[in-house]
Amino acid sequence: MEVRDLKLDGNAIGGILLELVGTDMTACGSVCAGCGAREEMARLDVYPAAGIVVRCRHCESVMIRIVQGRGRTWLDLSGTASLELG
Amino acid sequence: MPSSAVIWLSATVAGIVSETPRVRTLELDVPGWPGHRAGQHLDVRLTAEDGYQAQRSYSIASAPDDGVALTVERLDDGEVSPYLVDEAREGDQVEVRGPIGGYFVWDGEEPDPVLLVAGGSGVVPLMAMARHRARAGSPAPMRLLFSSRTLEDVIYREELDELGSRGDGFEVVHTLTLEQPSGWTGYSRRIDRDLLAEVAWPASESPRVYVCGATRFVDAAADGLLELGYDARWIRTERFGATGS
Repeated sequence: MEVRDLKLDGNAIGGILLELVGTDMTACGSVCAGCGAREEMARLDVYPAAGIVVRCRHCESVMIRIVQGRGRTWLDLSGTASLELG
Repeated sequence: MPSSAVIWLSATVAGIVSETPRVRTLELDVPGWPGHRAGQHLDVRLTAEDGYQAQRSYSIASAPDDGVALTVERLDDGEVSPYLVDEAREGDQVEVRGPIGGYFVWDGEEPDPVLLVAGGSGVVPLMAMARHRARAGSPAPMRLLFSSRTLEDVIYREELDELGSRGDGFEVVHTLTLEQPSGWTGYSRRIDRDLLAEVAWPASESPRVYVCGATRFVDAAADGLLELGYDARWIRTERFGATGS
């Protein structure tokens, strides 16, 4: 098992985002704050571990971090320039 | 999307179909289910007597007009799949949340040719698309390239044979990567650029592509298609791993 085998994509966090945001986010456009690339959420690289890390598929910058525990969720969007909803 | 989609719904196992020694299909009765699109998945949550909860994502195998069926492969070190494949009985209850996904979906409204590329249980959301095509009478040509380890591991084998024999534009091409029965006339190697060059639609037809499987499989298939001149925007992929939640 190598790190790349653990790579999933944004489809895998559809359930968590549905719970957090209340709408399906997998087709939502997301712009990387690092390189400006725009991709649908489903096309981002997702690394699930103790927390979930979502990276830009172009520059590999961390765009989103999600940590859940003790009944709470921390959502770090500092690497995302914008999200296009609806 | 109605906010009711966020709520966990109670689901009852209404039917069970054994697909292969490691895979079975659970037909679920889900009161309040809002309906789904071909290619979507849902989350299943199990709660133990001591309150411990585990949840995983599973693709929906059924066509949108055909209720909710999940096809699940047993992962021996999994928390949820051994129960769903080995233990669950008709009448058992689980919780589900969904449907999930607005990207890896095919609604059958365009006439463009469709290439489905499946690795093992990655065939499940693609089967929902094939079933949707058959039910809806879509004229879009559809070709499934399906990689399995052995003939015994081919999920939906009889149904795929039947769909492929109708002569209505649906084709299935198998490759068996680990072991082939004597007299096997299909492919017997892993999916790569050369195999895709023989099976995939020419890039000039601008096909829509859906690839689902483990990460390495998906990457190999997507890379091969790009080498053949496919546009990255035509290729929709869904990777699965042991962690589905």
